[in-house]
Amino acid sequence: MTVKTITVVRDLLATNKQAAAAIRVELRARGILCVNFLSSPGSGKTTLLEALAERFRGRCRMAVIEGDIETERDAERIRAKGVPAWQITTGGACHLEARMIGKVLGDVPAEIDFLFIENVGNLVCPASYDLGEDLRFVLLSSPEGDDKPAKYPQAFLSADVLVLTKADLLPYLPFDPARAAAEALSIKPGLKVFTVSALRGDGIDALADYLVEALERLRSARA
Amino acid sequence: MHELSLIASCFDVLEERAREHGATRVVQVVLKVGVMSGVVPDLLESAFDMYKKGTIAGDARLEIVVVPVKLRCPDCGGEAVREDTDFSCAGCGSRRVEIVEGRDIVVERIELET
Repeated sequence: MTVKTITVVRDLLATNKQAAAAIRVELRARGILCVNFLSSPGSGKTTLLEALAERFRGRCRMAVIEGDIETERDAERIRAKGVPAWQITTGGACHLEARMIGKVLGDVPAEIDFLFIENVGNLVCPASYDLGEDLRFVLLSSPEGDDKPAKYPQAFLSADVLVLTKADLLPYLPFDPARAAAEALSIKPGLKVFTVSALRGDGIDALADYLVEALERLRSARA
Repeated sequence: MHELSLIASCFDVLEERAREHGATRVVQVVLKVGVMSGVVPDLLESAFDMYKKGTIAGDARLEIVVVPVKLRCPDCGGEAVREDTDFSCAGCGSRRVEIVEGRDIVVERIELET
C-alpha cells in the first residue's frame, strides 16, 4: 500500500465555463446579443423586461429565458407582451447553469435581436455561473437599500451594467442612487449605471439605446 | 448554496483521477477557494462530508486553502493582495486593475492510496 500525491489543478466550474463558451460562440454567430439579469427576488427583473418589450415593440425582436425555482408565472407575463419566453424551473436550485440554457437554445428563433435570461432571484450563487451572455446586468431596487454592493460584492464584480430600479419610490425611501452607484463602482470600475422606473417608463429609453448600441457593436465585430 | 453541486463536480474529478492511478482510496483532497468565488468554505466542508459516504473518498480529509484576492495593475505593473472590496491599485491608485487570483474554486491536489 502506497500513498501518492497527485497535482490536479482543476477548476470546478470548468464544465460550466466550457458550456457557456459554446453558447457565446453560437449566439454571436447568429448575431444575437445575450443579456443575463441578476438580482435578489422582487427587485423588478420581470417588470423591466416587460418595459423593454413595450419599448422594443415594432423595432427590435427579443426572446426571454426565465429561471425560477417554481411556477411558469414570469414566462406567462412575458408572453402576454407578445414575446417568446421559455421557463426553466430549477426545482430548488439557486441559480441557472449554462447547460440549462444550452437545452433551450435550439428553440430560440433565429431571427431575434436580443436574448434576455432572467436568472433565479438570488444575489449570491448566480454570480459564479457564466451563461454565455455578452452582458451581465445586476439590478438593485430602491427598497433593498443602497448598502448592498459591498455586502454582495461578487454579483457587482461580475456585472457589466448596474440598473437601479423602482426610481418611482425614491421620494419615500432613504435610498441614495449616487451612494449605491459609488459603492458598486469601487468594486467594479467601469460599471455602466442606469436608473429606471419600469412602471413609469423613466430611463427605459436610455437603457434600450444602450442595448441597441451593444447589439450593433456585436454585429459589426462579426461582419 | 451551490456548494453541493460544486462538490459533485469535485467527486467527478476524484473518481476520474483515482481510476487513472488505480487507487483504492482517496486519502486527502486539497481545494483552493477564492474569497471572491461566491462559496463558503464551511458549507463546502458540510457538502463534502455529506457527499463522500459510500464513495472512494468515504473517509477522505478535506483541506481548504482560502485564496485572497490578488490584483494586477496594467498601469504600473504592480501586484498586490487586497483584503477589502476596494479594487484599486495599492501602488498607483489606478482603477483599471485586473483580478488575477481569488475568484476560482480549484481541486489543487489529491492524495491517493494505491
